[in-house]
Amino acid sequence: MANEIAKGPATPGVAKHDPILIVDNVRRQFGGLVAVDVEHLEIPRGMITALIGPNGAGKTTFFNLLTGFDTPDTGSWTFNGTKLSGVPSYKVARMGMVRTFQLTKSLNLLTVLENMRLGAQRQPGESIFAALFKPLWAKNEKAITVRAEELLKRFKLDAKSEDFAASLSGGQRKLLEMARALMTEPKMVMLDEPMAGVNPALTQSLLEHVKGLKDQGMSVLFVEHDMHMVRNISDWVIVMAEGKVVAEGPPNEVMKNPAVIDAYLGAHHDSDLGADKIAKGE
Amino acid sequence: MLHSQMRANRLVIKLLSSIVMLFALFASANAASAATPAPVDPSKIFTIGGAMTDCGSGIPGVKFHVTGPGLDVISTTDKTGHWAAIAPETTKYVVDRFTVEIDVTTLPKGRKLFIDNTKRSLIFNHVNSSSATFKLAEIKCAGTTGGNGTNAENPGLNALFNGINLGLMLAMAAIGLSLIYGTTGLSNFAHGEMVTVGALTLWTFNKVLMWDLVPSALTAIAIVTAFGWSQDAFIWKPLRKRRIGLTQMMIVSIGLSMVVRYFLQMIYGGNTKVLTQGDTWEVLGVKMPAVNIICSGISILVLIAYTLFLTRTRIGKATRAVSDNAALAASTGIDVEKIIRVVWVVASLLTGISGVFIGLYMQAAWDTGFSIILLVFAAVTLGGLGTSSGAAIGAMIIGLIVELSTLVIPSDLKFAAALAVLIIILLVRPQGVMGRKQRIG
Amino acid sequence: MDLIFSNAVNALFDPMTAAYAIAAIGIALHFGFTGLLNFGQASFMAVGAYGFAIATISFGLPFWGAVAVSVGLSVILAFLLGIPTLRLRSDYLAIVTIAASEMLRYIVSTTSAQPLTGGPQGLNNYSTEFYGLNPIPVGTYGFWNFTYSEREVFMRIVSWTLVVLFAIVLAILVRSPWGRVIKGIREDEDAVRSLGKNVYAYKMQSLIVGGLMGTVAGILFVIPRSVQPGNYGTQLTFFLWTMLLLGGASTVIGSVIGSMIFWGLLSLSDDLLRAGVDNGVITFLTNDQVGTIRFMIVGLGLMLLVIFRPQGIFGNKKELQFNG
Repeated sequence: MANEIAKGPATPGVAKHDPILIVDNVRRQFGGLVAVDVEHLEIPRGMITALIGPNGAGKTTFFNLLTGFDTPDTGSWTFNGTKLSGVPSYKVARMGMVRTFQLTKSLNLLTVLENMRLGAQRQPGESIFAALFKPLWAKNEKAITVRAEELLKRFKLDAKSEDFAASLSGGQRKLLEMARALMTEPKMVMLDEPMAGVNPALTQSLLEHVKGLKDQGMSVLFVEHDMHMVRNISDWVIVMAEGKVVAEGPPNEVMKNPAVIDAYLGAHHDSDLGADKIAKGE
Repeated sequence: MLHSQMRANRLVIKLLSSIVMLFALFASANAASAATPAPVDPSKIFTIGGAMTDCGSGIPGVKFHVTGPGLDVISTTDKTGHWAAIAPETTKYVVDRFTVEIDVTTLPKGRKLFIDNTKRSLIFNHVNSSSATFKLAEIKCAGTTGGNGTNAENPGLNALFNGINLGLMLAMAAIGLSLIYGTTGLSNFAHGEMVTVGALTLWTFNKVLMWDLVPSALTAIAIVTAFGWSQDAFIWKPLRKRRIGLTQMMIVSIGLSMVVRYFLQMIYGGNTKVLTQGDTWEVLGVKMPAVNIICSGISILVLIAYTLFLTRTRIGKATRAVSDNAALAASTGIDVEKIIRVVWVVASLLTGISGVFIGLYMQAAWDTGFSIILLVFAAVTLGGLGTSSGAAIGAMIIGLIVELSTLVIPSDLKFAAALAVLIIILLVRPQGVMGRKQRIG
Repeated sequence: MDLIFSNAVNALFDPMTAAYAIAAIGIALHFGFTGLLNFGQASFMAVGAYGFAIATISFGLPFWGAVAVSVGLSVILAFLLGIPTLRLRSDYLAIVTIAASEMLRYIVSTTSAQPLTGGPQGLNNYSTEFYGLNPIPVGTYGFWNFTYSEREVFMRIVSWTLVVLFAIVLAILVRSPWGRVIKGIREDEDAVRSLGKNVYAYKMQSLIVGGLMGTVAGILFVIPRSVQPGNYGTQLTFFLWTMLLLGGASTVIGSVIGSMIFWGLLSLSDDLLRAGVDNGVITFLTNDQVGTIRFMIVGLGLMLLVIFRPQGIFGNKKELQFNG
């Protein structure tokens, strides 16, 4: 497995055959605390990659840095060959790297359908001048509505399309956020704890949806505490601890890596670390 | 539904009763000011007036011709330089226009107007007093300020002293505002009214009931503290219980500020209450009112005492814990609501002291606090929102800017200078002078 | 009693009510739909009033030229306010806008600016050309207590036409994809950012457009009266907020109805109290104290409204939650 994805043995920072995202020397410090310090990392294209690590390992901060929601002190990274350092978050999304959030950000007082439509890119009606003249954007609106309804159907939210997003359950909101992200037609999807707070009845369907992304040719990078999900769907696992990448490799190999067991799994091997929600700002 | 209705009703009752309490609080002041002839003519119905001054002292005998719908009178300035004319009761806000013409021949010999325009046109803008300002040209005294010191020889040093003075007073009000913001997240626009209550109650006891200054000041401070306590007990705590959002709370405080401010205008009228105290002292060749110097000294002591309270006492430490992270503090067994109440009392105590001193520094009127509340907000913002030391330093910066700016720009723009600096600093350093960067999210 | 009633009805349709309504539509766009805490709408009105008056008086510009100057200045003001604050937390915008509007008021009322702004006395005599546009023949129109000169009729037609126009513009905007983006920003700007929208640009556009409405309102407000610096205090902004919240911040029509109710009730309560004092029914107040009661009523109204009906009279409770 390692040889299919990586060019060499599965050590931290190993080069990949076909990376979509290449990170170099990204470092972020808060006061005296080094939150993220990644020397070199490559994320494989068209695969599902999991990013795991104990609380405070800097996973979410790393996500924020890569997607332009935070600025690193040093470092650079390229997405699909384009340099992304210093690019504002909205442009990152336009280039095809879209993210979701650990605490779901459904837009509560918009309907589910409006949430979806918002995800579509290059809408003529989003210019303030064109907005005043409906004929300029009505056609596009129709087209994105069709696409939104298809996606909603796939995510089994079509019955809710006219409801306010506020009325959805936690799991449905996660689904909506993912579906909305797909409206942007991304090349890479970054999911920050897609399983957190999701009702067990919905986890299986969420898993299927994540796998579905890969089937459609997208690359996925997700942060997760739920080891079941990590083992189940990921092709590659990256382990962070104290801001650094301490290990990477195929799921089964990584889980056996003593460095990982040491840094992270250790005594907590069987406990559900995903339930720990205190370190939101890690 | 029924339950929430009942809760709503209870809240209305609480709100109303707190306003009634306010009435009661000032009933004595009202009775007192009604019984004793007020030192300055209370504004009756619609007053048009103004003052002619020269380096702070009034010019008597200047004549003004006031005309307008149903009005044609000549008013002459009194010993203090004040003049006034009463417009008819039927005057309409905004609509009716009056003209004031100054008789330049009655000006002191050799003096001219600053701008050669003898007429002023004015309306009543929803308040019952309107003023016409005429300034004399070639005023030789230095640009002085709210502070009563006038020192032609050393304007720089004078402005510096005034700035320190104002900064110290603002610091206490700013710490008060910042404490409340830090623990409850409330941007309290009604904070300025606590300053006003301090200044006006001081005037009531000191100038109407003729108490000595010190007991008057202590009573005024006690009343502001009681006002702060009851505000939290009857308004803010119930609102916190209802989990009202912070933006909503802020707008509620704007409403409360209006209610209190105009209530005070109703009781005290629209004119300025003079709180000048006798002596002046000389420091480094600069003459200053003794009371201002003493106030500065006391302010420093109060700030030291406050710092000790915050760092040395159990309750002070708990306050800091709540301010850092209320949820975490609660989980360690701190009674957050109790701490918030303590914070309100300490904050209003500090603000009460500030109000009394500000009254002594720039006189008292119904809108004294309102006129400086933005400076207080500016100080807290400069300090980085929510830290006491930041608020104090921010206040000193604001105080100094306000007074030192008078050296280079017209003194009626001194507040504008402070606000401009606020905006510029936010541009360069959004987290404030003392703030931590992560606070901005 | 007839007079009190007709005064209140007159207040409902007064051009001043219309001007306030337009300025309130502006903050509806800012706050109700974009979530921007603009506490400086008074400064946009001041820019309208002073820009128009100074361009006419000091620079002798024609009417439309003066309007264009105001509009240009309004856009500049929006940039000045927005650039430092729109990237920061929302309460910074509140503090900066309120500080800037007070600063502007100090600047226009300083005696040193008297040659240009009239200083504390303000400005007048700039409306001749506007009234020159009036096609209505000289005369008195109307009936009973509702009679108006040709100028008053013209002023009413122009201002209420503009109210309708701006309400329609707002309605179209908030129902468009552009409106969807700003409503998204109101809910959670990071989410909108993650979907590839330039949040900063949208907030700026909203600030500019809502500010422009304030500026037009400022021009309308001063045409039938004089420019007085005292009018542009924070009070003005807080009145506008009260009207907006009265009608419902996230509604299109709310600010208009809110403005009408506000001035109608104020006129009614003021007249009733004064009548009470004059007839000796109310003995515990003097007439000048009555003048302060209206403000206390506004303040109390604002408090109760925000606590018990934050969505306003016309708002759907689900449609407006205050964020933060």
